Amino acid sequence: MTTTPETVPRVGPATYVQEEPGSDVWVLNLGPQHPATHTTFRHVLELDGERILSCTVHIGYLHSGFEKLGEHLDYNQYVVVTDRMNYVSPVANNITWHHACEKLFGIEITPRCKAIRTICAELARIQDHLVCLGCTGLELGALTAFIYPFNARETIYDLFEEICGHRFTTSYTRVGGLMQDITPEWPEKVRRYCNEVLPPALEDLERLLTRNRIFVERTRGIGYISRDDAVNWGLTGPTARASGVRRDVRKDEPYLCYADNWDGKGSSAVDFKVPIGQGGDCYTRFRTRLAETRESAKIILQLADNIPEGPVNVLPDEKMTLPGKEEVYFSIEGLIHHFEQIMTNRGFRPPTGEVYGSNETANGELGFYLVSDGGNSPYRVRCRPPSFINYQCFPHLVVGHQISDVVAVLGSFNIIAAELDR
Amino acid sequence: MSTSVQPAIDVLIARFPDIEFAPGPLMPRDKKEDEQLCVRVPPDRLLEVMRFLREDPRCSFEQLCDLACVDYLNFPNARNRFGIVYALLSVSRGYRLWVKCFVNDPDPEVPSVTSIWWGADWPEREVYDMFGIRFEGHPDLRRILTWEGFEAHPLRKDYPLHGRGERENFVVVPREGA
Repeated sequence: MTTTPETVPRVGPATYVQEEPGSDVWVLNLGPQHPATHTTFRHVLELDGERILSCTVHIGYLHSGFEKLGEHLDYNQYVVVTDRMNYVSPVANNITWHHACEKLFGIEITPRCKAIRTICAELARIQDHLVCLGCTGLELGALTAFIYPFNARETIYDLFEEICGHRFTTSYTRVGGLMQDITPEWPEKVRRYCNEVLPPALEDLERLLTRNRIFVERTRGIGYISRDDAVNWGLTGPTARASGVRRDVRKDEPYLCYADNWDGKGSSAVDFKVPIGQGGDCYTRFRTRLAETRESAKIILQLADNIPEGPVNVLPDEKMTLPGKEEVYFSIEGLIHHFEQIMTNRGFRPPTGEVYGSNETANGELGFYLVSDGGNSPYRVRCRPPSFINYQCFPHLVVGHQISDVVAVLGSFNIIAAELDR
Repeated sequence: MSTSVQPAIDVLIARFPDIEFAPGPLMPRDKKEDEQLCVRVPPDRLLEVMRFLREDPRCSFEQLCDLACVDYLNFPNARNRFGIVYALLSVSRGYRLWVKCFVNDPDPEVPSVTSIWWGADWPEREVYDMFGIRFEGHPDLRRILTWEGFEAHPLRKDYPLHGRGERENFVVVPREGA
């Protein structure tokens, strides 16, 4: 069903739809505990047989006040909270958070740090897409298609564990740099991953699903959204690009290694294509994500061979970055420096002002709007969560479809409730 | 590479000469092209300005990228309490513009832009939920992240981080009296 301005049904103000005795319309609660919602949010579906007449979404079950917390934590501490937003690709949130912070501080990070962050951001994108691709299959009954990408995803956890000691909640970035440098073997492992582990998994997934008749019939034409509607609803990321929106923050507002001359020596930006679909349905969203995963692997392979030498942190003397643990434990200067950084009345002294920094993460544009009053912690942290903005059009996409299509649309949107509710 | 948004601002100023837009960067930068530009719009003129920004082909802000609110209580030198920040994005031209609209206690209210961008639906509900700002003309202005019976607005600066509404402060109702 097409959502044109005339046919877009507005969700009515009634919170609970009452079933009228004698009518054929009945009400079904999908969620908050339902395997297809992955986490907790609830749909109240008004049904005529199996056809959906209206859908009301209730979210907020996982609201944990992340934006309020941001006003009380300093710029390095908050990175731990960002891990918990989109927990499927936590390192992408870390990078975006410190991208916004560095924009506020006016720091230009080192080329080595840029290369490592770009690799991590792309690994995060692969990690996120693998979940989404697998789950799309899982929710339509293809359990095998869920296992293949998860095997490849497991290896990414190992890669992150090696550089920062955490598999899941990485907290890898710091203001002006990283928590620590990568190990010497890491680039080789990343290269092996992109050459040997990922391609067969994607290959398997593609062979299992893209021409699978059941899968195609369950997804093609389901949850259609046109290009103009996608723009108007604020969709970003692969969901928008599957509808033909030519927009990718990596290309349109380049940052890190996506920008030309990123290392200051005239290196050109990493070479990659942005897959654009025209179908606007679940199937196209699946194909777009699949193609994007391959492009990410291409980016990583370009960078893994030539990570520039040099420091990962900027300005160690101007007291913008935390000193290394080695320095803190074994030198008095390092200890004093560290102590000054973490004391609430010393610490960071950012300029007063407001800044918006955004990155292209797996689900769309993740942005942070920071307001600083010059204090140690931000005055206001606004997170632009892609899941939240993308998800609001969901009720209008499922109206007219069957109940079983709800899970297909949900799977293709890859809603992460922790980011949805923050 | 993104193009400059300055021509769109010039068009806007020429179209509404009676509004004090006070265009300027969100934050001054060394390099002019890094600056993120922002205009101010009074709440009573917001709808017509926004409609113009979306529909005029010289501006064409097709997308409302984000809608947020900042509570400027205790902010140094702030004259208004709530600033509602609209982050507009032109997908076709690749530039951004921030529009700020200031409202004050009591009864802060701005017109809803859901009729211009459908994507304003949930962000407006979130601002209503977190700051208590009412959006006039919103089709379904309910709380979105907190529960329906919740009374406060947690992101306001006078709402404490600890204490209020915590478990040990709940009133325990015996089973018979419930």
